[in-house]
Amino acid sequence: MIREQLSGKRIVVTGSTGFLGTALVERLLRSVPDCELVLLVRPGRRGAQSRVDRDILKNDAFDTLRAAYADNPEAVGGQAGETFDQMCQRRITAIAGDVGTDGLGLDDDGRQALSQVDLAIHSAATVSFDSALDDAVHVNLLGPARVATALRAAAEQRIEPTPGGLTTGQPAYLVAVSTCYVAGSRRGNAPEQLVNESPFFVDIDWRAEVDNALQARRDAEQASRTPRRLAALRREAVQALGAAGTPAISERTESLRVKWVNQTMTDAGRARASSLGFPDAYAFTKALGERSLVETRDGVPIAIVRPSIIESALAEPVPGWIRGFRMAEPVIAAYARGLLKEFPGVPEGVVDVIPVDLVVAAILGVCARGPLHDEHGEQTPDVIQIASGSHNPLRYGQLVDLVRSWFTEHPVYDDKNQPIAVPEWSFPGRGRVSRQLNRAQRGLDLAERALDVLPLRGRQAEIGAELDERKDQLERANGYVELYGAYTECEAIYQLDRLYGLWNSLDPADQETFNMDPTSVDWPTYVHTIHLPSMVKQARLKMQPSRPASSSRSDRLRAQVLSPDRQLAVFDLENTLIASNVVASYAWLASRRLDTPDRLRLVIKTLREAPTLLSLDRADRSDFLRYFYRRYEDAPVDQLRADSLEMMSDLLITKSFPAGIRRVRQHRALGHQTLLITGALRVAVEPLAPLFDHIVAADMSQSGGTFDGQLLSVPPTGEARYQTLVDYADEHGLDLKESVAYADSSSDLPMLEAVGFPVAVNAETKLAAIARRRGWLIEHWATSPGAPNRVLPIGPRTVRGSRRNPRTT
Amino acid sequence: MATDPRRQAPRPGLVLDVDRSTPPLLFHHGDNFRLEKLPAGRSRVIYAPEPLPGLPDPEGSIREALLNPIDHDPLPSLLTPGMKLTIAFDDVSLPLPSMRRPDIRQRIIEQVLEMAAEAGVDDVHLIAALALHRRMTEAELRHALGDRIYDAFAPQGALYNHDAEDHDNMVVLGTTRHDELVTMNRRAAESDLLIYVNLNIVSMDGGWKSTATGLSGYSGIKHHHNVATMRESKSFMDRHKSELHHSNWRQGDVIKNHGPRIFQIETTINNNTFGYDGPLSVLQKREWEWSARDRATFMGMKKGLDLMPSRARRSVFNNWKAPYELTSVQAGNVESVHEVTLENCLKQHLVPVEGQTDVLMFGLPYICPYNVNSVMNPILVMCLGLGYFFNMYRGKPLVREGGVLIMSHPTPWEFHPVHHPSYIDFFEQLLAETTDPLELERKYEKQFAEDEWYIHQYRKGYAYHGVHPFYMWYWGAHALQWLGRVIVVGGDPRSVRRLGFQPASTMQDALELASDVVGPQPTITYMHNPPILMADVT
Repeated sequence: MIREQLSGKRIVVTGSTGFLGTALVERLLRSVPDCELVLLVRPGRRGAQSRVDRDILKNDAFDTLRAAYADNPEAVGGQAGETFDQMCQRRITAIAGDVGTDGLGLDDDGRQALSQVDLAIHSAATVSFDSALDDAVHVNLLGPARVATALRAAAEQRIEPTPGGLTTGQPAYLVAVSTCYVAGSRRGNAPEQLVNESPFFVDIDWRAEVDNALQARRDAEQASRTPRRLAALRREAVQALGAAGTPAISERTESLRVKWVNQTMTDAGRARASSLGFPDAYAFTKALGERSLVETRDGVPIAIVRPSIIESALAEPVPGWIRGFRMAEPVIAAYARGLLKEFPGVPEGVVDVIPVDLVVAAILGVCARGPLHDEHGEQTPDVIQIASGSHNPLRYGQLVDLVRSWFTEHPVYDDKNQPIAVPEWSFPGRGRVSRQLNRAQRGLDLAERALDVLPLRGRQAEIGAELDERKDQLERANGYVELYGAYTECEAIYQLDRLYGLWNSLDPADQETFNMDPTSVDWPTYVHTIHLPSMVKQARLKMQPSRPASSSRSDRLRAQVLSPDRQLAVFDLENTLIASNVVASYAWLASRRLDTPDRLRLVIKTLREAPTLLSLDRADRSDFLRYFYRRYEDAPVDQLRADSLEMMSDLLITKSFPAGIRRVRQHRALGHQTLLITGALRVAVEPLAPLFDHIVAADMSQSGGTFDGQLLSVPPTGEARYQTLVDYADEHGLDLKESVAYADSSSDLPMLEAVGFPVAVNAETKLAAIARRRGWLIEHWATSPGAPNRVLPIGPRTVRGSRRNPRTT
Repeated sequence: MATDPRRQAPRPGLVLDVDRSTPPLLFHHGDNFRLEKLPAGRSRVIYAPEPLPGLPDPEGSIREALLNPIDHDPLPSLLTPGMKLTIAFDDVSLPLPSMRRPDIRQRIIEQVLEMAAEAGVDDVHLIAALALHRRMTEAELRHALGDRIYDAFAPQGALYNHDAEDHDNMVVLGTTRHDELVTMNRRAAESDLLIYVNLNIVSMDGGWKSTATGLSGYSGIKHHHNVATMRESKSFMDRHKSELHHSNWRQGDVIKNHGPRIFQIETTINNNTFGYDGPLSVLQKREWEWSARDRATFMGMKKGLDLMPSRARRSVFNNWKAPYELTSVQAGNVESVHEVTLENCLKQHLVPVEGQTDVLMFGLPYICPYNVNSVMNPILVMCLGLGYFFNMYRGKPLVREGGVLIMSHPTPWEFHPVHHPSYIDFFEQLLAETTDPLELERKYEKQFAEDEWYIHQYRKGYAYHGVHPFYMWYWGAHALQWLGRVIVVGGDPRSVRRLGFQPASTMQDALELASDVVGPQPTITYMHNPPILMADVT
């Protein structure tokens, strides 16, 4: 009956790229072979058709149908010799649009297509539980009403009747997907009625809410731009990146500001929702969305279908099918990884979960039945709930037991290949869990700050990076508790009288094909054999100890870095290839031609200055180098050149990382260009020239055979390095995406980010954290064991003529 | 000096059969020592002859040699005003350890320069004939030649290190009848007279090897520094049985015909490596003759070394300058002079030994020719053991074919980044792939030899030439082919395995491992070296 009712109809679907939408499209294509579909999707960069092809039809939901078409298209209602793709092309029209915009953002073609539909299923929504208030308002609150308005306008524009026979002025039937949680956080029965019919509903003016949400966005934007806020954000950016240069810091500051605004809007949404008795902004805006739809539908026949929490499929298209990471999955994954030691909730509370295929069937059932009319022939909104709580409740305690027993039998493995034992929850209150997590987070914050001030590098610095990761995980766990905790307090029982009314009106064949009966779910089977196996696959949890991999992740990354396809390898010098710095080079060169007492004096003086130099360096490297290099004023060029050659052996190579030098040479052997970008003075690094194709260093002007202490150009540090790299690549026609960069410090971040293959070498804490998070190759290169110990960088004395030195006073 | 009668009447070398009363024996173990008890009844120890007496008047003997050379005109008669004179001398790899000042080279060159000055020669260059070794530092040159010579010549650019990769300043002298290219430093080749000042510590040094190798470059040296030649040199310490030397002598013929006139000065020193008295003197005494004081000194030294970090131990030993004494000096015609030198050299080193052994043992010391003021890296451990020590034989190898070599050395995974850059890559990359000398030679020698960065480091820094680690490996090629197994006692297992050898933590374990190859109750020979000895095996 359902199939017959819908056959020959043209149906527009919104939200078809979502979980429910994809399931709907698949079901309609498969089970109603002679209907046509109009899919309204946001065009993105690629255009609507391409999004339909890539984001919908490529999904594994269609695997069964695709295979059936390859096998025998006629058996599944297709035309002889037709492929799946040809069938899609014949039956699906993609139109670009956005339910977040008035008029749905349709162009003429879109409006024309919309005027030719018989039926609309509106399943577009922003379901993320932490979406910003105004986004939720635009999509969830105003969306349904906009669709209704567009359908009404389309009906007026219609010239030819629709395939289903609607004539000009007859609006298409709109089935809008809402949520059970519009009933709000409360106990007791929640019947299938319009929200304002409930005695518990606080009736407010939804239009005022819209205005205020938009105003709240403007206010947040304003507040994010106050000098104090901007200063704080900048501090945070510097804290995370270190001396990465103005552009990088600015970029990070701006992204932090945007994040701050969004967070403020999320908080605003949650606050407003809970003030009116809703668990979150999603439920709240959905509730007002129903109100606005009913109020503004202007004769458009409507139905509202309210599912509870939609989860993986019971049977259709295949058991366990799921798209994306839903509400429960992140929590379950975190639990299986042993991260969530506790989660709030009461064991006898109901977790109202409903498999997606049951929801799809209910929606199609409503579509097939057509608009309802009261005794006066007036179309009345049809409201149908589909949930499990009233007829087949899954208790929270039972769910936790099922999950724990399954993961005990199928443990997730940690990175050391040990199975992770899942914790036993004691069902504490939400507050206690929050407090525990907050305490842990504060501890990590403190530890992190302590690590930050220590000058750590390499492996020690990675401890910091690990801490950072732990902090991230905790933050996420805390986020789940905050987001979903509210739902554990929703103890409403959603009534299903009208759903069963519909169910009972179906003939046995339909009941067989379109199962929408929540009592058909056997929870232990569903959780153990359907949901969890599919979920761990989706979440890519490590369910088997990885074999002692012949190639570790680092080896793989290293192989990529050393692939012949790479074009350029750019290196930083200090602490990347050599454990030394410009101050040491200077001290070495300056002390080379001094007698013993003067040498000592120079060393003591340089040591005494070290703190000042260091703080200058930390604040701005370019300024530091400019200031520092003034000491080379009056130094004879030739003599420095000769001394630098000696310094290569005595200081640079002695302090070099042989593995690093080897890497430079490997790149060259592979035919990559090698480039050294350093803030060191050119004369000091000239002896390394045979290693590289090109060296970018600080150039100092000279006159009459001596240096004058003035730099010819900005020493390449921070963003200057980035720019130098970009210029070099442009000049030589090299692709940075195919290039490798090696550096040790977050001040090189712009350079590292510019290339396709960044490598963090002996990274200091901040870079270690960033590299780890982004999955960059991390190398630990050490000086050669057996290298002479140079405690102080003093040049061995030379006797050859004692000409002038770099300034030492 | 003449007071101790033992110094005037040194005892010859000795082969001692170990019995139950033999005390634990001293093994050099890098920059430390081990005392090991060897199984009685089937073990023997070979001791070097005691130091021969030094020449009482070295200056006089040198003068005598220069004025009355062998098969050659006296030096003063060769010196004429306006002539181009070049003095080439052995580099820092000789002697081992470095000797106390004044170095023999200084003593000889001072007299040569004096004669040259008297004759009015003012175009004099001094060249360290280091072939593909690392350049000598200022301090090392000052040590070898003295401050006076250094200050007089170095600032003018007339005292410098040979640079085999400075192609403008290398000349081809010709090819031998075996098609071996002969190249030479241009200044030396184009001089009216080339005086070579040699210092023989072992019988491999000197002769045509001084000029044909020392002043040559890769294109000339590769003809005898290769696996095939080294496998045919049995041993390379035995000049007349050594293919290495035959090749050098053929190149010498070319030099004779197409090169500069050569005045060869060769010297030999005695075995007084650690001194007759002083802290290390115990090292050149025979264990059962140690006095209570010797034992106390040794135990104290051992304890002290155990407590020191390895860097400190290394510098203690690197600072040791040997009180070597000159035992002979001869000058004149290269070939004639060298025969006399060999005679004098063998007089100090040769010990007659009867029969081969199943298991041969060495205690490897902290130094070899290529880590003066540097680090003894694993490749040098291999070269010192399987190259130098193994080849200290005349007749046939001390160990039977298929026998086992047990060496004692800590073999740390340590490299001097300035001196041995190509060694690091050779060890960490190439040896990970293969330890077969032929395969290494075939696949990688050319690549390393022509590597731009290594060449740069050799020329401008203080690095051994890129190809040098290959030569170290070839030096051991004869032994690698001969031996059934090599075991390193007390070595870092990681680096020992990388070398293709077996690590053992104690001598007991090593002997257990050896019995897999040579069966139970094998005969054992311990070569107690240094002081240096050479086995004359019959």
